[in-house]
Amino acid sequence: MSKYLILIYQDEAVARQAEGESISASYQEFQRRRASSLLGGAALHPSSTATSIRRDGAGGFAVTDGPFVESKETLGGYYMIEAADLDEALEIAKEVPAGVGVEVWPVRVAS
Amino acid sequence: MPGAASAEVAAAVADAHRREWAFVLAATMRVAGDIDTAEEAVQDAYATALSTWGGSGIPRNPGAWLTVAARRRALDLRRRAATAERALPKLLGPGEAGLEDRVVEDMVAEGGDIPDDRLRLIFTCCHPALAFEARVALTLRLLCGLSTAEVARAFLVPEATMAARITRAKKKIAAARIPYRVPAASELHERVDGVLAVVYLVYTTGHTAPSGADLMRRDLAERGLELAKMLRVLLPHDSDVAGLLALILLTEARTGARLDRNHDVVLLENQDRSKWDRQAIEEGVALLREALAARPPGRFALIAAIAAVHDESGTWSDTDWHEILGLYDLLMERWPSPVVQLNRAIALGFAAGPAAGLAELDALGAEPQLAGYPYLAAARGDFLARLGRLEEARVAFGEALILTDNDAERRFLRGRISALTG
Repeated sequence: MSKYLILIYQDEAVARQAEGESISASYQEFQRRRASSLLGGAALHPSSTATSIRRDGAGGFAVTDGPFVESKETLGGYYMIEAADLDEALEIAKEVPAGVGVEVWPVRVAS
Repeated sequence: MPGAASAEVAAAVADAHRREWAFVLAATMRVAGDIDTAEEAVQDAYATALSTWGGSGIPRNPGAWLTVAARRRALDLRRRAATAERALPKLLGPGEAGLEDRVVEDMVAEGGDIPDDRLRLIFTCCHPALAFEARVALTLRLLCGLSTAEVARAFLVPEATMAARITRAKKKIAAARIPYRVPAASELHERVDGVLAVVYLVYTTGHTAPSGADLMRRDLAERGLELAKMLRVLLPHDSDVAGLLALILLTEARTGARLDRNHDVVLLENQDRSKWDRQAIEEGVALLREALAARPPGRFALIAAIAAVHDESGTWSDTDWHEILGLYDLLMERWPSPVVQLNRAIALGFAAGPAAGLAELDALGAEPQLAGYPYLAAARGDFLARLGRLEEARVAFGEALILTDNDAERRFLRGRISALTG
């Protein structure tokens, strides 16, 4: 089995609207259905609440408001899953009721 | 035949390379665990064949011989890697993760009845999670046995660029664990579509090279044909596969008439139809019938049907342009694209006269996807010339000349321009 990180993207405007709401029924349903594959996950506050810290190369940090990349589609949450291979991971990822869509990243195993 | 002459051995190995590469590599993959090890083992097996078949004789079943040799070599390479304690991500089918060496030995020893794993290999190479250009490169390399240098030459990119592309794709297969497996029936249709797109690109790139000295790149066109034939053997009931093979055969049939003695382009209109390959046409038409039996017919079947109208018409003036126009209409309904629209406009020009064709072509002028496409300007030039608007025709051919990168097509266009200047 391999681990994959599913990054959930949504429209920033929609995300702001949903702020403060409890997890939607469609996500609850997905989590129930795929419980055996889910290792973890969380929903995030809107990107306006995020803070970026970039190394300035001189031993210090530059702290800025917002994510590294500003875009209409923002990270809204993630799941860590376990799957036999990419095909199974993609199958699970397709079921995530994400507004815009998801990215599937294989997780590196420490060797 | 012990003591075979070296030329004979070299020919037998070359033949086995062309015919059996995909089979041997696919069968070695599961034992090897990862693509690089499998490739190395198969390459070594071919080298061993070259040096030993002279003494031992050319085996009756070269594919099986090479597979056994390659699997044994893969096992050696794996043992060596294991001793070096390099735990690389492995490419393994489901349920094979805990393969014991003894089991692998059995697989090597059995040899006699080797399962055909080529479909697995095809679906791994053409996995939708890989970039399209990487799928094409992997297919040529792993299924056709082309070297990285050959693949690079085929697409006119520097070898280092192609090597990086292939390495990146292999890394993704290993890291993301793209499975070595034939997809489930529920997604097979969609996945076959992706495979056919790769094979079609290989063929069309060879049929009319986008750039370079020659009109065609025969090696690529032949690889495309071979891949389509391979798919037909592996998926004999798939109507889309039948459609693509029909299209390739019906197009290939005209190859011998596309260039004259000076290697100049001969338009369909002026081709010597007695040079067309009747056997390929018959084979293509039979496959087309099968492909068209599927309802609704697939994209390749429709394009093949258009090719068949040309192939089966005795002379240019006998061409049934209304039939062709109807087929383009069907294509436009389900797979609309500016290129199909362009071809439909050309067919309309022959069905209803050059003025009607020209009007349609002019309407396509604003299409951004056709902005750099030389065939739009060339088709306009042709219809303008037929209408006697010679000055405008010359300008249009001049525009096409700027847009094409293929030397044979350039010579053709220069010929048209000088004929108009007369």
